[in-house]
Amino acid sequence: MGKYLIRRILIAIPVLLMVTVFCFGMVNLAPGDPSDLYLSQNATQVQKQEMKKNLGLDKPVYIQYVKWLEKTFQGDLGFSFASRTPVTEVIPAKLAATVELLICTLILSYALAIPLGIVCARHQGGWLDNTITGVSFLGVSIPGFFFGLGMVYIFAVELHWLPTGGMSSLGQSSGFLDRLSHIIMPTIVLSLFYCSNMLRYVRSSMIDIFSENYMRTAVSKGLSKKVVLWRHGFRNALVPIITVISSDIPKMLGGAVVTEQIFSWPGLGQLTISSIGSRDYPMLMAINLIAAVGVLICNLVADVLYAVVDPRIRY
Amino acid sequence: MVSKVVLSLSNLHVKFKTLSGTVNAVRGISYDLYEGETLALVGESGSGKSVSTKAITKVLPQNATISGDSIIYQGEDLLKKGDSKMNKIRGSEIAMIFQDPMTSLNPILPVGFQIAEPIIEHQHLSKEKAKEKAIKLMERVGIVKAEERYSQYPHQFSGGMRQRVMIALAVACHPHIMIADEPTTALDVTIQAQIIELLKELNKEFNMSTIFITHDMGVVANIADRIAVMYAGKIVEFGTANEIFFNPKHPYTWGLLMAVPDVNIKDQDLYTIPGMPPNLLHVPKGDPFAFRNKYALNIDLEKEPPMFKVSDTHYAATWLLDEKAPKVEPPKEILDRWKYFENHIENMQKKS
Ligand SMILES: Nc1ncnc2c1ncn2[C@@H]1O[C@H](COP(=O)(O)OP(=O)(O)OP(=O)(O)O)[C@@H](O)[C@H]1O
Ligand SMILES: [Mg+2]
Repeated sequence: MGKYLIRRILIAIPVLLMVTVFCFGMVNLAPGDPSDLYLSQNATQVQKQEMKKNLGLDKPVYIQYVKWLEKTFQGDLGFSFASRTPVTEVIPAKLAATVELLICTLILSYALAIPLGIVCARHQGGWLDNTITGVSFLGVSIPGFFFGLGMVYIFAVELHWLPTGGMSSLGQSSGFLDRLSHIIMPTIVLSLFYCSNMLRYVRSSMIDIFSENYMRTAVSKGLSKKVVLWRHGFRNALVPIITVISSDIPKMLGGAVVTEQIFSWPGLGQLTISSIGSRDYPMLMAINLIAAVGVLICNLVADVLYAVVDPRIRY
Repeated sequence: MVSKVVLSLSNLHVKFKTLSGTVNAVRGISYDLYEGETLALVGESGSGKSVSTKAITKVLPQNATISGDSIIYQGEDLLKKGDSKMNKIRGSEIAMIFQDPMTSLNPILPVGFQIAEPIIEHQHLSKEKAKEKAIKLMERVGIVKAEERYSQYPHQFSGGMRQRVMIALAVACHPHIMIADEPTTALDVTIQAQIIELLKELNKEFNMSTIFITHDMGVVANIADRIAVMYAGKIVEFGTANEIFFNPKHPYTWGLLMAVPDVNIKDQDLYTIPGMPPNLLHVPKGDPFAFRNKYALNIDLEKEPPMFKVSDTHYAATWLLDEKAPKVEPPKEILDRWKYFENHIENMQKKS
């Protein structure tokens, strides 16, 4: 296992490098020139050259990349073009906001999806199952931004129950309830898809498991329903559940871009959009790097967890 | 043999609700199981052997409905017991072994713990005590290095070893009744013989009554005191092993006996009963075996035959036993197989 992990981490390094090369290329290929954005429209050619030099954009792309890589290895992610502050100073607060949103989403999604999925599987084909499965079908089909705007209209604009956006109310000491009221809607909107998606996976895995011979053995031992369900049934569903979670988290990061935009949630998603708008290359690269590392960590953790829950999996 | 009755089924019915209609899988089964005996249920695939025994402890899928007059165990009617009361009986008083040892154990729990589980549940022992007991049981069923293997997982065991684990699990709480549903069908011949020997030993040791399901008549001759022949959800012939092998009355039983390969004749074509069992969604009128039966009488197409008494221990449901029916002799191929059956049955009697 230890050896396996070290090998996995070693493989992750070239993967990460490739991702950064790819992202660097994409970012630079995107139309628009940062030096234009930070100068007035009637700036001279000389001023433009000066600006390019300041931003380090006068060299060929591959040299820029090597420079970026060199600095990144030293823990220096450069200066943000837009705010002229070090990237490493901007990122933490944004990352924290996004992580907060993701954790709330994970908890809400799975705390609903897992028990409901099991209930559906137990009453397969019954009215309860049909209702829940129907709703979850809607959940995976409704676009997040549509649902989000609808929520804002109803609960913020019409009913005034919840704030329209942000992480906390301005000018007030942000207490727990205030923060809670701000995070409710973005969490629900982001959860809609992941909850429905997980529910469908749990439901179908549990249906398969209920027809397994070892479940019949467990019942014929005289174990209580609860023990049969959790110890013998649910534990066998953990492998597919881990797979879904480990692929959900990176997807959620993508989903957060839209959700944060709708609810002006000051996280990485919003930062991504504004950085694209301002051609803030160093910021975009830093965000990409974080996302890539996040995905790799998720996969690694998933692999470790597989071996923990299923003794047949050994590395 | 005047023994105590430990289990008494009367008029058991099991129906399944399916998308295409109601399947009448078990259509009125009655028998008594005596203390210490081995009762074999035989019959073709789909005749209701498994379903009728799973109904005893109610381990059937949700679309099944069990009905009937009663299933009396220790003076109480199991049909009237709810799930939590049944849980006290399952595994502790009535234990089951299933056909497929490869999939009957939970792949993610240690094998030893799966044996200890019913001990903890029913005898309320501590984990350590239960472990000790489980290791002893593993040794008893022939698993070497039991202590070490206690914490291994099913995928580390061969099919035969897994079936030994299943057996250890079944006898863990010293049940009165063991239901073994084709426990050897998935195993190769030498392992089969070992497992059957083991089951016979344990039945003696723990004084269990056994319901043994199989469609291998050779195995039946080896293990059974009495035999119930099942067809289309009913028992069509019932008798002691000697009666069924040497004086069978039902043409279906004849067919089953003729289907046993005769070791004395080389290169023979294996006999099979013509046709297929009826679809239990629509059970035909009259005797459901009639359309496959060359001895069928006209009345078979009209009326299902009742159980005719042949002797105090021997009954068969065929109109051939009616006093107005023509006298028919069983096919002579059955006589050819007597020697073979005799050997098996003698072996069995020698051992006991
Ligand atoms: N869950 C179910 N739903 C619908 N029908 C079922 C179900 N389980 C069993 N049956 C039907 O019940 C009948 C009896 O099945 P059973 O499993 O008892 O046969 P069997 O005698 O044990 O056969 P085998 O030798 O193949 O094990 C079959 O016709 C089968 O199709
Ligand atoms: Mg069966």
